[in-house]
Amino acid sequence: MSDSASMRRTGAHHTSMFFRMLVRAAVLRRGRAATALMAVVVAATATTAMLNLFVDVQSKLRKEFRNYGANIVMVAREGQSIPQEALAKTESILSGRGIAVPFAYVVARTSNGEPVVVAGTDLDQVRKLDSWWSVTEWPKESHAALLGVRAAAAVSPHGKPFNLYFHGRPISLTPSGTLHTGAGEDSRIYLPLNDFETWTGVRQSTIEIAVSGSAQEVNATIEKLQQALPEVDVRPVRQVMEAEARVLGKTRATLLAASVLIIVTTALCVLATLIGWILDRRRDFAIMKALGASQRFVGGFFAAEAAALGAVGALIGFGLGIGIAAWIGKANFGVSAVPRFEILPVVLIGCILVALISAIVPISLLRQVQPAMILKGE
Amino acid sequence: MFVRLVYESFRRQKRRKLLAGAAIAFGVSVATAMIGVATDVGDKINRELRSYGANLVVNPQEDTLDVEIAGVNLKPPSDGAYLSETDLPKIKGMFWRNNVVGFAPVLPVNVVVNDVKTETTLVGTYFSKPLHFGTENFVTGVRATYPWWRVEGSWPNDDSRDVLVGERLAASLGQKSGGKVTVDGQPFRVTGILSTGGPEDNEIIAPLGLAQQILGKPGVVRRVYVSAVTKPEDAFARRDPKTLSPEMYDRWYCSPYAQSIAYQLQEAIPHSHTEQIRQVAQTEGTVLSRIEGLMLLVTLASLFASALAVSAAMATTIFERRREVGLMKALGAGGVSIASLFFAESALLALLGGAAGFAGGSLLAYQAGRWIFDSPITIQPVLFPLVLCIAIIVTFAGSVAAIRRAVKFDPVYALRGEA
Repeated sequence: MSDSASMRRTGAHHTSMFFRMLVRAAVLRRGRAATALMAVVVAATATTAMLNLFVDVQSKLRKEFRNYGANIVMVAREGQSIPQEALAKTESILSGRGIAVPFAYVVARTSNGEPVVVAGTDLDQVRKLDSWWSVTEWPKESHAALLGVRAAAAVSPHGKPFNLYFHGRPISLTPSGTLHTGAGEDSRIYLPLNDFETWTGVRQSTIEIAVSGSAQEVNATIEKLQQALPEVDVRPVRQVMEAEARVLGKTRATLLAASVLIIVTTALCVLATLIGWILDRRRDFAIMKALGASQRFVGGFFAAEAAALGAVGALIGFGLGIGIAAWIGKANFGVSAVPRFEILPVVLIGCILVALISAIVPISLLRQVQPAMILKGE
Repeated sequence: MFVRLVYESFRRQKRRKLLAGAAIAFGVSVATAMIGVATDVGDKINRELRSYGANLVVNPQEDTLDVEIAGVNLKPPSDGAYLSETDLPKIKGMFWRNNVVGFAPVLPVNVVVNDVKTETTLVGTYFSKPLHFGTENFVTGVRATYPWWRVEGSWPNDDSRDVLVGERLAASLGQKSGGKVTVDGQPFRVTGILSTGGPEDNEIIAPLGLAQQILGKPGVVRRVYVSAVTKPEDAFARRDPKTLSPEMYDRWYCSPYAQSIAYQLQEAIPHSHTEQIRQVAQTEGTVLSRIEGLMLLVTLASLFASALAVSAAMATTIFERRREVGLMKALGAGGVSIASLFFAESALLALLGGAAGFAGGSLLAYQAGRWIFDSPITIQPVLFPLVLCIAIIVTFAGSVAAIRRAVKFDPVYALRGEA
């Protein structure tokens, strides 16, 4: 009692008493504090996990969408070919964020004079770019060709070596395997670009580029490429870009709706639990006031207690939430979600805010009640 | 007496009961909405994935090699086999007809534009052509299968002699929409300039009838592109239907795999051979399963979070009532009767909150579906008992620890408020 009297006299004493009360309240009423803390932890965990996923999943999904292949195509203008250094320039602009694959096409003749489209390309890169190509065996040595299933039936039905002619110049090729895509590639023959160029003398006419990133990033890349190579046409593949934007937008919206629902539910539960927790301690409140504590002190005490609870809950929940988001990323995409520490302040401030609101409501309710009434149990 | 206790408890503690009930209702409605979204999102996203265009192509059985580079057909026009246009409406007669979002026939013709120098390909197709099969009427064409095609000007009518000119071709010809283009010596009106970002930018797109007339072969199409909603491929989908037992064959035939829809297209259109366009068909399977998996995990996480939230709320409401427990024990009530009183109250709360939550969650899912996908997500009524069971289990689980503690209280301390 003398403590409370001196409390008003000395500031230092005041603060130490304040903290002592905070700590003792937490220790003595472990069960009650633990229940309230659990509510905050659950809310913080759910919020962290959902926000982390929401931020992280988009880049992961974009990677999945790159399975659709190139989203930018670079073509030579009418009657010209793409300059030789274009590929190197493109690769330096992409700087590892994408794949660029050169293509060159001619119409060659088979030994019985049938026309067939022959393409030269970097087969290792194509394998990465066009993951849907179903290939029985990729060519490994030079003068080995990859035959589209329909081309194979026409030029080498039994897998035997064959000759092709381009303006009278022959090349003899061994089929390594067949290619099946269900589209135009099935009618073509694919060669390594080196073999193709020494045979035909025709240079690359198209570079297909798959770059990952948002629509703005892709458009920025297109602009950079166009500036670096003004003599060619750089165009987006609208089929791929528009469909991707659409599907990704819907997925994001679904995820956002789910996040909002979860966050609101858990926040409301925190509110309900904390209000109950504080109302339950109206006797403490009454005793403090009866002993002469000012309204401000009592209000500050309960607010500080709630804020501390919110902060501790937020920190524990943040750790757990990061873990859950990482697990979901791992389980679904095979790569765990990157922890986003920029979420921490949001979660921390959110939790403290909710805790403070749930402290202020009962305090203002209790303010109007005489301490004697509460102590008498009415 | 027991019933009266429960009744009075609800009547006298309206605020507390309302709070706990609201917590349960909220948790349940989030759970219901998330279950609804998780079960339906695959189907919705699958339909969205159709904006990648056709995933199946029907070719003539005796197909010859294509000689085509970047939209320019280099083959003599007389070559190749054709399908018959009159067979196309049969696509809407097959088993999985409702999964076919649209189809578009194509008929490429080599033509000379304006002067003798510019050779290009004119492609005949449907834009949005009304067709009927039996009693069913439907509209199909490139506008359904290729949503990314954009026209500056207007789309031609399917029965007209108007054409679209691809954007790159138009630029090199100096062509504008509303002008005239001379194809093989005949003038045609250009209603619009087409931009697709694909080979069509170098081509002329015309109504199918016009292309048939220029080619001199009425009633033929070269191939048909079909856009169908399919189920992601699995090992069973890849089985050869000829090697399956009759029951397995029925199961395979009645699953909307790309393979089985391709097989049915082949049955519907005589002398045809259907293939998957692997770029679209294969990739959508992976993308779809990723999104579905993500939503499933998020749903699990949200179910868990709402369960914990409900538990915390229940624990609080019971903890608040330890003086009541003390009084009951002082009057001679046993642990079992106190626990059963609390459990009965919890069950009642769970039922009321669960029912309200189910209704709220259904509404939420419905609205979310309309907002995100422009088509509502409906919750199956079958889920109602399931959701109620979950609500009761979660509420009990949240109450158990608190009830056990409440029963253990020494009534003296509880009554003096020192617990």
